[in-house]
Order: sequence, then structure tokens, then C-alpha cells
Amino acid sequence: MEWRWDFTIEILPRMLSAMLNTLLAAGIGYTIALVVGLIFLLGQRTKFRLCNWIVRECVEFIRSTPLIVQLFFVYFVAPQFGLVLSAWVSAMLTIGLHYGTYLSEVYRGGLEAIPRGQWEACRALNLSPARTYFRVLIPQALPASLPGMGNYLVGIFKDTPMLSTIGVVELMHTANALGAETYRYLEPYTMVGFMFLIISLPTAAWLRKFERYVGRSMGITK
Amino acid sequence: MSTQNHPLELPEGSPLVRFSGVTKRYGDLTVLDNLDLDVGAHEMVSVIGPSGSGKTTVLRMLMTLEKIDEGVIYVDGKPLSHMERNGQLEFANEKYLRTQRTNIGMVFQQFNLFPHMTALENCIEAPINVLGMKRDEAEERALNLLDMVGMLEKKDQHPTRLSGGQQQRVAIARALAMRPKVMLLDEVTSALDPEVIGEVLNVIRALNSEHKLTMLMVTHQMGFAREISDRVCFFYEGKIAEQGTPDQIFNDPQNERTKQFLSAVLDAN
Repeated sequence: MEWRWDFTIEILPRMLSAMLNTLLAAGIGYTIALVVGLIFLLGQRTKFRLCNWIVRECVEFIRSTPLIVQLFFVYFVAPQFGLVLSAWVSAMLTIGLHYGTYLSEVYRGGLEAIPRGQWEACRALNLSPARTYFRVLIPQALPASLPGMGNYLVGIFKDTPMLSTIGVVELMHTANALGAETYRYLEPYTMVGFMFLIISLPTAAWLRKFERYVGRSMGITK
Repeated sequence: MSTQNHPLELPEGSPLVRFSGVTKRYGDLTVLDNLDLDVGAHEMVSVIGPSGSGKTTVLRMLMTLEKIDEGVIYVDGKPLSHMERNGQLEFANEKYLRTQRTNIGMVFQQFNLFPHMTALENCIEAPINVLGMKRDEAEERALNLLDMVGMLEKKDQHPTRLSGGQQQRVAIARALAMRPKVMLLDEVTSALDPEVIGEVLNVIRALNSEHKLTMLMVTHQMGFAREISDRVCFFYEGKIAEQGTPDQIFNDPQNERTKQFLSAVLDAN
């Protein structure tokens, strides 16, 4: 089988449109995961031990089961219990929860890297717990968390093909459909790989620059 | 131990700070053993002693960074470690501690400035958000304090751009910005290079002579303690082994442990 440029150009608009969906899915999923991660983090650090335990066990449970199983569960099993969600909503919810657990661990690592003296200074200055977290600790944890956060952004982006299994029309889903329609798989799948590469590589480079910029602008690194 | 023998409030004219029978343990280790210590208003008390004698623990408990196991700490006549409920003293909850903690300021050995904030921002964060000061007022006050510690020109610098001595001076200004009644200084020169220790000591000298702030200072700078203190307390194994004026402690120590400690420290210097 040889490469056909005319076919490549013909399917390019559909692939680009699917690419936009992929970017959208990764972007929305990541945004949800960022917030969910913060909720999971704070949920494990309350003064209520039961709450901390429940959230920690939930995080462990979600982290220990594969994303695709969770995806199938939310999309195919949940409706049997009366919870009917569209493919997109199921996908965003599952990615947000799944990666939220990973991000909560990234945040935790960042927080635990902060010297104990910072907590003590907050206490000595009588800052409220909310002020301590949001004004002092989280901004300091951010630079240390950024490499991990960047990894998971790229990770979510590369996991979006999994969404094709529940019918989200993203890049992989479109390549599958094109293959089934035309019996040509070389161009669609090659284009999928290439498109992921041209997004992932610059994103990773940009994230490294961003880490340095944040560290400098916050005065944490010289 | 019950707190029945401790009054709910101290009578008028009592010392600003009182440790009454305070004990602190870490597991089996007793760090402070039934400590009684008074600090009067405007008094400068230095705490000296070997490592592990409980010096820093005294400050950390007064700053409410550590819970005490027995006894009661009073500040300004009111209990700090405890609160009154149904006519009895019980351990203070966080809400009560937050109302009482504003009386106390602390400067740490490792400065503990917030690295993502400038010197000025470090000094206005708590006054605005804890004392409820207006931003203009907090800034004006912070600028005065930074000027007093000789750091006005560096007000817009982040701590990473400042030397250890400069960071410590900002930390002193930050603690003063909260208008504490008692300042706690925890080995404030121990993490500094020898050539910048003087600049920090000068600031403390000025606070003592011009502002007559009540201060409790843990220090290894024997010369400084001798020069500046109204009273020196020598701690040994969680107790005050000896206390008195600097002249008594440094020129005529009575306790054998004090003599040994001073002899070892002065020899090392």
C-alpha cells in the first residue's frame, strides 16, 4: 500500500475538525481535573478525620482502576441506575475525576515541599486557614507542581482517543470512521499520530518555559 | 493535670506573660517540666542554655505553635493556652486562640518570609487580612517599619533577592506590623553569616531602647544577651536552672550547670 496525497488532502478537513474536538475534550477535561484535584486535596486535609479518610479512599479507588473501565461504567452502566449522560458529558466527567485524583497528588507533593516554617509563619501572623492556603501555600506549591501538572495535560491529550470507544467524535473516532468508509487506514492513522505529535511537542516545550516564567515572576527562583 | 489551681484571670498588675506550672512532653521526653516564668511589660528577657534544654519550646508554646500538656499560659492577664467554660479552664479551641494570638509576634531563626511576596507585601498581608486595616494605612505603617529596620529601599524586592540579614530585618518589620504586645525572637541570628549579624542586633537594640517592647529572646549571642537584657534565664533540662540580671548570671553564676555552660560557650568564643 502506498501513501496517497490526494486522499490525504481530501480527508484533511474532517481530520482537522476532529482535531478541534480532541483539543476541546482535552481542554475541558483538564480544566475540570484541575478543580477536582484541588477539591480532592483540600478534602483530605480537613480537621474531620472521617472526611479525610473517605476522600483519600475515593482517590485511591479512582487511581487504581483504568480510565476506560470508568468511562464504560459512567456511559453504559450508570443509565441502568437512572443516570443517563451524553457521551461528551460522560467523557468530561470521567476524565475530570480520573485525572483530578492524579492532580491532587501533584498538588500534595507541591504542598509538602513547602518548608514547615511557612505554615508556622502563617499561624504566627494569625492568618485564617483559607488565607493560609490560597494566599501563601498554594502559590508557593504551584511552581513545584507545574512539571507534574504539565505532564498530565499532555497525558489527558494523549488519552482522548479512548473517548472514541463511547462515541465521542474526536480524532481517533474520525480516523476509524474514515478507515471503515474507504478501507484505507494508512493515511488516517498516520495523520492521527502526526497531529498528536505536532501538538504535544510544542506544548511540552511551552510548559517548560512557562514553569521558568512562573518561578521567576513569583520571585521564588532568581 | 487539672487546672483547678489556676485562676480564670490574673489580677490587675500581673506580669504581661505568665507561664504557670507549664509542662510539655514529646512522648516519654519531658521538654519543659513544671515551668513558672513571668515576663513583665517592657521587659527584655533572654533565654540561654544548651541545645535541647527547652528554650525554643517556650517561645513556640507562647506563639501557640505547640500545645502544652499541663499548666496554663497567661498573656495580658487572660489565659492563652486555655479558655474559660462553665467557670473552669479548658484547652483553648482554634477560634479562641485566633483572638488571643494577635497579642504575640514572632521572628524565626529561618526568617520564614513568604518568598512569592515582596518585602512590603510580606508586611501588609496580615495587617490587612487579620487586623482589617485599610490597604493605604497598612502600607504607610509597613513603610515606616521597613524604614526603621533600614529596608525601605528594598521594599519591592522578593526575599530571594535579599541577604539573610536583610530578610531577617524584613521579618522583624513583618512581626511588628501586627502591633504585638510581646515579641518573641527565636535565635534570630543563628542562620546568619557573621558579617550581617550586627545589622540585625542593631535593629533589636533600637526596638529595646526606643520602643521598650516586651521581648522574650532565645539566643546564643552571649555578649548581646548580656548587653541588652533586663533579665537572663538559664534553661537546663526543661527547667530554669538559674535566672537573674545579666550581671548576676554572667559575672557571678551560682548554679554549677550555668557555670559549666558559660565557661564552655565563652571558651568557644
